Parts: sequence; C-alpha cells; structure tokens
Amino acid sequence: MIPELGHFALGLALALALAMSGFGLVGAHRGEARLMGLVPPLALGVTLAVVASFLCLVASFVVNDTTVSAVVANSHSAKPMLYKISGTWGNHEGSMLLWVLILALCCGAVAGFGRTLPSALQSRVLAVLGLVAVGFLAFILATSDPFSRVWPPPMDGNGLNPILQDPGLAFHPPLLYLGYVGFAVTFAFAVAALIEGRVDAAWGRWVRPWALAAWSFLTLGIGLGSWWAYYELGWGGYWFWDPVENASLLPWLAGCALLHSAIVVEKREALKTWTVFLALLAFALSLLGTFLVRSGVLNSVHAFASDPARGVFILGLLMLYVGGGFALFAWRAQAMAPTGVFAPVSREGALVLNNLLLCSVAAVVLVGTLYPMFADLVLGQKISVGPPFFNTATLPLAVPLIGAMAVGPFLPWKRARLWPALQKLWWVALVALAAALLCLALEGVRVGPALGFFAAAWLILGAKADFAQRIGLFSRPRAAFGRALALPRAAWGGAMAHGGLGVTILGLAGMGLAVDRLALLHPGESVDLAGYEYRLDGVVDAQGANFAARRATVEVTRHGRAVVTLHPEKRSFPLARMTTSEAAIHTTWLEDLYVVLGEEREGGVVLRIHDNPLAPWIWLGAGIMALGGGLSLSDRRTRVAAPAAKAPALKNPAVRA
Amino acid sequence: MTRKRKRLYLLLLCGLGLGSATALVLTAFQDNLVFFRSPSDVMREAPGPQRAFRLGGLVEAGSLTRSTEAGRPLARFVVTDGAAKVPVAFGGVLPDLFREGQGVVTLGKLGPDGVFQASEVLARHDETYMPPDVADALKRSGHWNPSQGAAPPASSWNTLQPGRGGG
Repeated sequence: MIPELGHFALGLALALALAMSGFGLVGAHRGEARLMGLVPPLALGVTLAVVASFLCLVASFVVNDTTVSAVVANSHSAKPMLYKISGTWGNHEGSMLLWVLILALCCGAVAGFGRTLPSALQSRVLAVLGLVAVGFLAFILATSDPFSRVWPPPMDGNGLNPILQDPGLAFHPPLLYLGYVGFAVTFAFAVAALIEGRVDAAWGRWVRPWALAAWSFLTLGIGLGSWWAYYELGWGGYWFWDPVENASLLPWLAGCALLHSAIVVEKREALKTWTVFLALLAFALSLLGTFLVRSGVLNSVHAFASDPARGVFILGLLMLYVGGGFALFAWRAQAMAPTGVFAPVSREGALVLNNLLLCSVAAVVLVGTLYPMFADLVLGQKISVGPPFFNTATLPLAVPLIGAMAVGPFLPWKRARLWPALQKLWWVALVALAAALLCLALEGVRVGPALGFFAAAWLILGAKADFAQRIGLFSRPRAAFGRALALPRAAWGGAMAHGGLGVTILGLAGMGLAVDRLALLHPGESVDLAGYEYRLDGVVDAQGANFAARRATVEVTRHGRAVVTLHPEKRSFPLARMTTSEAAIHTTWLEDLYVVLGEEREGGVVLRIHDNPLAPWIWLGAGIMALGGGLSLSDRRTRVAAPAAKAPALKNPAVRA
Repeated sequence: MTRKRKRLYLLLLCGLGLGSATALVLTAFQDNLVFFRSPSDVMREAPGPQRAFRLGGLVEAGSLTRSTEAGRPLARFVVTDGAAKVPVAFGGVLPDLFREGQGVVTLGKLGPDGVFQASEVLARHDETYMPPDVADALKRSGHWNPSQGAAPPASSWNTLQPGRGGG
C-alpha cells in the first residue's frame, strides 16, 4: 500500500508541476493576477506531493519491505538503521527521487519566502522550476520507478555495498544535491530575467543568496566526499581527478564565479549579462554532472546501473534545458542594457578577473573530463587523462587567481589604484615568502609544497588583513571591537571563506610532503617512517555486526615514547562477497599517521604506512569556507525584503526589450 | 573610458583567458595523455620505455606469485587478452578485489626486458564489474561477441582461458 501511495504522489506532483508551469508562464505573459496567484499554492502542492512520495520510499526501506525491488537490491534487514535510511538514496532510483525532493523543497521555498518578489518574476521563476521538475519526474516515472514491486518477494534484500556503509557517505549525496539543485533556482531566475528582459539590483539580491547557499552546500558535499575517499578507500589520497569528482567540481567553480559576479549586479548593476550567463552555466554543469554520474557513462562507485535508456533520457533533458536556456540567452541577452561603469582596476575589475580565471579553470577541467569520452566515441581511442594533466593545466591558472584573491577585497568599487592596496599587504607577502623559504629550507627544493605554503599564508593572512582594515584595527584600535560587531556579516563571511580556502591549501601543501612506505612485517618487527616507529604486535580475528575482520595491532612510538596504538582492519562482508580495508588513522592535527593492512603471507603481513602532514586541514578549510558562506547568508541584507521597485515596467516587458 | 573601449578590453581579456586555457590544455595533453593498450597491442607495437600507458586485460589464472624484495612486497602476474600476454611486476599492495581470472587495469611503463613495471593496479569495486577498456580488448581479440549476449560473468573468465590462452 505505501509504495503505491508514493507512486501516486509522484504522478500527482508531475501533474501539479505541469499546471504550475503553464499558469506561471501564461499568467506572467498576460499579466493576469488571478493565474499568477495560483502559482505559489501549486508550488506548495508539488512540494507536499514529492515529500510524501519520498517519505513513502524511506518507510519502505525502514520496514525492509522486500516486495519493493529497490529495497531488495539495496537493503538488508541486518543493516543498522542509519544505513537503512541512507540506503534510500544509496541507489539510482532513490537518489533521483532525492534530487527531485530537493528541487521541490526549493520550489516551496521560492513560493513561501518569495512573497516580496514582483509577482510576475516569482511566477516565471516557479514556472521554470516547474518545467525542470516535470522533466525529472517524467524521468523517474518512465525509466527508474523506485516503487516497482517484485513478486514473489525474496526472503531478504541483497544489502548495500559495504564501502557505502559509512556515516560520512550517508550525508554526502544530500549535501551535493542541495548544491546541484540550488543552481536550478539561480537558473530559473536567469531564465525569468531573460524572458522579462531586465536585471536589476533586486534580482541580484535574490540570486546571490541562492548561489551562495548552493555553493556552500556543494563545498560541504565535495569536502565530505573527499574526506570519505581519504579514510575509507585506504589509498591515502584525497582527490583523484576522477570524472565523478570533476562533475561536482565544475558546478562549484561556475557557482563560485556566479556568486561573485552577483555581488557586482547587486551593488553596482554592472555585469548583468555575464551574471545571467554564469547562472545558466552553473546549472548546465550541474546537469552535466548528474548526467555523467547517473547515466552509467562512467563506471565507478557512483554509477549504480548502466541502462542506455536512462542515459539517453537524461541527455535529452540536458539538451532541452541547457540548449533552451542558452538559445533564450542568445535571443534576449542584448535586451539587458548595462548601467554600471567601472575602470579596469577596481573591485568590479578584480571580480571580472576572478570570473575569468575560475571559468578558465572550469574549461580546462571540463575538457580533461570529457576528452576521453569524446576520443572513445569519435576517434575510437582508449585514452585516460589523469592527475598529471589536471595538475599541470590548472596550476598556472590557480596561481594568479590566488594572487588576486587577497588583493581584490582591498580595492574600492568603481575606480581604484593598485599601489595603495598592495602597500597594505606588504607584511602578508613577507610572511608568505618566509613560509615558502622555510619550507624550502626544511624539505629541500620542492616547488609545489613551497608554492602551496606561500599561497596558504597569503590567503589566510590576506583575509586577516582585510578584516583588520575594515574594523580599523591599526588606525583606530580602540573603536575596533565596536566596529567589528557592526560590520555586515557578509564582510565577515567573505573574509572567512577566503581564509578557509587558504586553510585548505595549507592542507594540500602539507600533503605534498606526504611520505609512505610499504613493509612486510612479522609480529614483533618494526619499521621507521618520518620519525615514528611502527611495531607490529600481531594480527587477530575480529567479528563485526555484518562482517568478519582480520585486525592488526600496531604500536607507534616516537623516540621510545608511546604515541598511539593503531588497529587497521581487513573486513570481509559475506553477504556482498566483498573485502574492504579499514585504514587506522591517528591525527595530531599537524600530521596524520595512517596505516593500512595489506595481505598476509609467510607468517607476516604487509603494512602500508603513510605520514600525511596537515591532512585534516584540507577538510577543515572546506568547512570554514562553507561556514563563511552561511555567515554571509545570515546577513541582514539578504533577510530584509528586496524592494519591489519599478513595478510598472513588469506589466509590459516589451517596452524594455 | 568609453563603453565601446571597455567592451573591447573585456573581450581582449576574455580572449586572453580562453587562449591561455587552450594553450595549457594542449601542452598538458601532449605530455600527460595516457593511452590504453591490450596485450595484443603491446605485442604488435611495443611502446617506448619512457611512455606510461595503461595495460588492461585479464589476470591469467595461476600466474600470480608474491615475493619480497628488500623488505618490499613484490607481486608478479600475467595479463592476457586471450591472444597475447604481458608479464607484470608490481611493488605494492594489490587491491582487495584483485583476483586471478578477473579483469584488471594497470598503469606503468614497459621495461626493456619486456616486463611491465606497474605503478598502479586498479581492480574495481564489484566482482561482476568489467572495466570497459578490458571489455573492448576482449571483443577485439574475439573472446566476446556482444551480439551473442552480455559478457559472461567475470568469475567465469578464467575457465575460458585455458582453451584459447597463450600465443
């Protein structure tokens, strides 16, 4: 009964979304207030229907209803409750439903909080969101119905892939999807603006928080995914430039550019066309990411099923939305007259440079990600593009980007001079240089890490200098505290996010100095790495909830003093017939001691030992960046209603167009 | 500054960004593209010892030997696509899902002695998983005809080997 209800709710949501789009577009075009008045209630209806449907699926997983094929394929009664719930989205059907759920929640948010928006704009935004929802609901109902039944029901489910049974991974997809789908809202705003033919500060005030929220969630999602890869996959790496990872990095880069250029629209009413373009691009890359991950084009942990029909359907949706959006852009973009004028050296100019570099990085990553597929389809060559390509191609673009990041906040709007801004940063540059030299002195000539330490110090201290300058810490230190409290939270958030990237880069630079060692040890033998001594005490059998394990005991000492006892494991899951390595990690915050248990032979075991300096700071930095985004979101500016100015122009868009 | 001139500057800047991105991509491609080769490809035309490539195929059943050299574990096995085979040496921990008779992709360089020195061995997360490169190599060597249905499960590949292996 419950699965049928869920299925029915999905169908209902499709019908409501279709009605919402129709009424919204027609009503806004004809300026009929009655039709437009129907749109927000319909949006809330879509939200309720999709939420109900999702809850039905969760309920099926929680009670382990083995007549539902998605439950049979991905769940098991012996699984802990957290993984029963997270198993709901740990498969293709459920994760698509989660995608639509978040889209529906965004619809609800625009309908609920958007009362202060001009009603034509709100109707159009909701109509576009409705169209996106229609496409994906149709996709779910046509090709990947999560509620399809099996008869006769098997005794129990097949279980979830053991490496996905992890608390970090339970929250990774929802966070990532919050990011992806958040860009659907900025896309809808962009399309609505193109239809209306106007973009103003009020539009910027609405787009920026959505871009910021989407970007913050995406940052957290990517950080969590990278952290999971680090501790769970046991390779000691954190980022593999895997196409699936790139698929989430691309919208992050575009979204980062978008939220910066939306500031310019909001404050200076310049860069309008460009911002609209970026909003389209960010969603296009989100959809591309969904396509790459969900279509089975890529074979990886993320590709749950390779069904050509699904791939073609998503490709169709991708072409429809992206093609439609960009065609509209080509047709209507001239309609938006630029108003703000600025000199090349100014805050606006710095933000343009930021956008340009971020987009170039995105272009490089996109080419590297798609080229192997292109070569396979068109040239018939089997090629892979690995980390060396991405590292060499993105580094020259990242260097000026990071260099400008610390300087940008010091430039005033409209017209600026570079020299005074640089003068305020001389001590930062000096400390950063000292950090790089220290790294060179201690670790020998290694350009990458030294550059990384320079960049990290430059960004972290640059953010501090920016903050100190705003509160007048050096010019009027007594009033500084009061000024710090009065400072808009967006300024706090901006400085924090920039500093957060610095912290991440600090971690990356540290990981550039990581060392590892492979050793065959017998019980009682020991091996040295980076000043620590690792002694193997023995290997024993251990029993877990749904796995059996071999468990090693490794004593770590430094100069004869005990540091920690580590227990790396090799787990075998009889149900899934899989073996996984569970790395044992001890962090001192300055470095991670990371031990992986390899195969056993000749009475000994192979241990792979890594010493990863500053590793935790990579993910801590991502957290700080997201926190900065959140802080900026709580700014008074974004909470206070945007003025519904220039209402007469809305009734008749043709006048402006 | 006039609007026209500003636009010109912006366009120039965009062109510069795009141009440098393209240049970076092309130079990086030149050095870092990694080609996939099956054992038959290697037999036909051996790549130079400087060039890293991916070697993929099936791990020949019974070919895996493990030893220890100077405290480092060393694994030796043979990768085959049914038509040709290449010996592989790998100094590291083999992935959990590495099995004889199953698909594998290795990254490394071909030594002058004809032994492939692997720096990475990839066996993916699922035992029924067939790396697409390997599937393609098997098709080309005549081990699997897609028109006669899906690829047989990976665990049964080693039983296909003895009749046709070697050569």
